Amino acid sequence: MSVGPTFSLDLVSDVRELLAFPFMVNALQAASIVAVLAAVVGWYMVLRRQSFAGHTLSVMAFPGATGAALAGLPTAVGYYLACGLAALAIGRTGHSGRRRFATESAAIGTVQATGLALGFLFLSLNRSVLGGMETFLFGTFLGVSHDQVLTLLVVAVLALGAVAAIGRPLLFASVDPEVALARGVPVALLDVSFLLILGLAVAATSQITGVLLVFTLLVAPPAAAQLITAQPVAGLLLSVAFALAVAWLGLGVAYFSIYPVGFWITMFAFGLYVSVRIGRWALARRRRP
Amino acid sequence: MTVPAGTAVTLESGGRSGDVAVALRGAAVTLGGQTVFSNVDLEVRRGEFVAVLGPNGAGKSTLMRTILGLVPLSAGSVRVLGHEPSETRSEIGYLPQRRSFDSETRIRGVDLVRLGLEGGRWGLPLAVTAGARARRRIERERVEEVISLAGAAAYATRPIGELSGGEQQRLLIAQALVRRPAVLILDEPLDSLDLPNQAIVAALVQRVCAVQGVAVLLVAHDVNPLLGYLDRVIYLAGGKALAGPVQEVITGPKLSELYGARIEVLRTSDGRLVVVGSPEAPHHHGHRH
Ligand SMILES: Nc1ncnc2c1ncn2[C@@H]1O[C@H](COP(=O)(O)OP(=O)(O)OP(=O)(O)O)[C@@H](O)[C@H]1O
Ligand SMILES: [Mg+2]
Repeated sequence: MSVGPTFSLDLVSDVRELLAFPFMVNALQAASIVAVLAAVVGWYMVLRRQSFAGHTLSVMAFPGATGAALAGLPTAVGYYLACGLAALAIGRTGHSGRRRFATESAAIGTVQATGLALGFLFLSLNRSVLGGMETFLFGTFLGVSHDQVLTLLVVAVLALGAVAAIGRPLLFASVDPEVALARGVPVALLDVSFLLILGLAVAATSQITGVLLVFTLLVAPPAAAQLITAQPVAGLLLSVAFALAVAWLGLGVAYFSIYPVGFWITMFAFGLYVSVRIGRWALARRRRP
Repeated sequence: MTVPAGTAVTLESGGRSGDVAVALRGAAVTLGGQTVFSNVDLEVRRGEFVAVLGPNGAGKSTLMRTILGLVPLSAGSVRVLGHEPSETRSEIGYLPQRRSFDSETRIRGVDLVRLGLEGGRWGLPLAVTAGARARRRIERERVEEVISLAGAAAYATRPIGELSGGEQQRLLIAQALVRRPAVLILDEPLDSLDLPNQAIVAALVQRVCAVQGVAVLLVAHDVNPLLGYLDRVIYLAGGKALAGPVQEVITGPKLSELYGARIEVLRTSDGRLVVVGSPEAPHHHGHRH
């Protein structure tokens, strides 16, 4: 920021200064919603080893945004359409059975390449969106409107509600698909449903956080949480706590520094994951010298 | 386990031992255009322990999946507790063949067993009413009980991926037993166990079978660890099946007829059976390469 706010050692007054600006309040609210949504959906994504699918869905924002600009639609519509279609394409081509997440990767790669190619095509047909490239990649955290926060809240409640409704069968189908199928759990339907929820979460959040950041929040906090605990409920709660901490810290520090929010959130998320990994390694060494 | 009357009913399965649990009549399965087996007639009663034997590729797993309703029949019929298999899924405990979890699987053994009990339920596991809380407690006790029954209590709270193959197998047996199923389908449960543990698991399955009146179908490659416990065997080879008591089925003439080649069965002084001269993985339908 150009005003150059100064950081004092009095944390309370720092936070008060921060919250005096409506744009900061909106940013904090948006970041909190995004963090909770990404942490929960991401926990399942990491457990299912579908990070590649998640990454591909976040990349779909590119053809989504450029396609919407070309067709004269609102950008948000483009995001939801592109992510939804890609989720269906990945879900339909994916296999069911033992190694389905491994064999699915070829299909995902194809979807990603196709999406990028389409994005470039749309871009070459309409260059006006080029100016928004940085926003597309790194988000518009500090330019979030109150309406956007409300929209985000609605999407998050929908997506989290869906996760809550299918939570246990989804967990069953994720870790033990063969037995789940034998028990009558609709594994294939859950696979597609989860991809759609993932697509919804990615489309909603990447409009604000940018393509790179949504993926950071989707992967690092759940992965760190799963390294610490293998207990599902504890893991989910820890993942949410990590994501919130990373998002708030990133926003707070960005306010007082010259570097952008996206950079800070990514750095904190990365730092969190690396320190948990090192911590675990050190613990394992202490236990088995 | 002492439980309040009424609530326990959800976990108990009805039926008396001696009733027909699984019935196949003239069953045939065609996969990828090739007949795996045909004309299989089979009846397994409650409280009966049946081993399913046969060379690799004979269709043992396919037969098990047929009874689970996961593979359609091309001819004949299959009935489980008098119903279509798809209607009785919650009454069947299933352990698929060679299922193992790699070291990155971040879920505890106890969670996996728990999923066997409640993994099919939709919605959040919120226990608000007194009845729901009581059920919750009964289910938790049931999970603990079945884990100690399988002798897996010492490592049930460790991430499943960190356990040895045999330890994983015991937890998976606990998972298959947790709902007190009327039919138990175990596809090579002795696979990754050492000899003493094979004997322990065989004895455990027989106890469950006799005490709870469960119909057990257990796929194995070696009949010897099971000899003291079995009621009958089903021998699958060459697309046909032969069922009956061990001493009637596992004989030179019977197996020679089934394989269409000269087979001898030797009996060692301690009663063990050795099948000699069986052709390496006989395929009645020839392979594609
Ligand atoms: N999905 C499938 N499509 C086509 N053929 C299949 C399929 N699944 C199994 N088969 C074939 O059916 C036959 C029986 O397979 P099955 O897995 O039932 O054998 P099995 O007796 O369990 O062998 P093993 O002892 O190796 O476990 C094999 O020839 C296999 O190639
Ligand atoms: Mg098999």
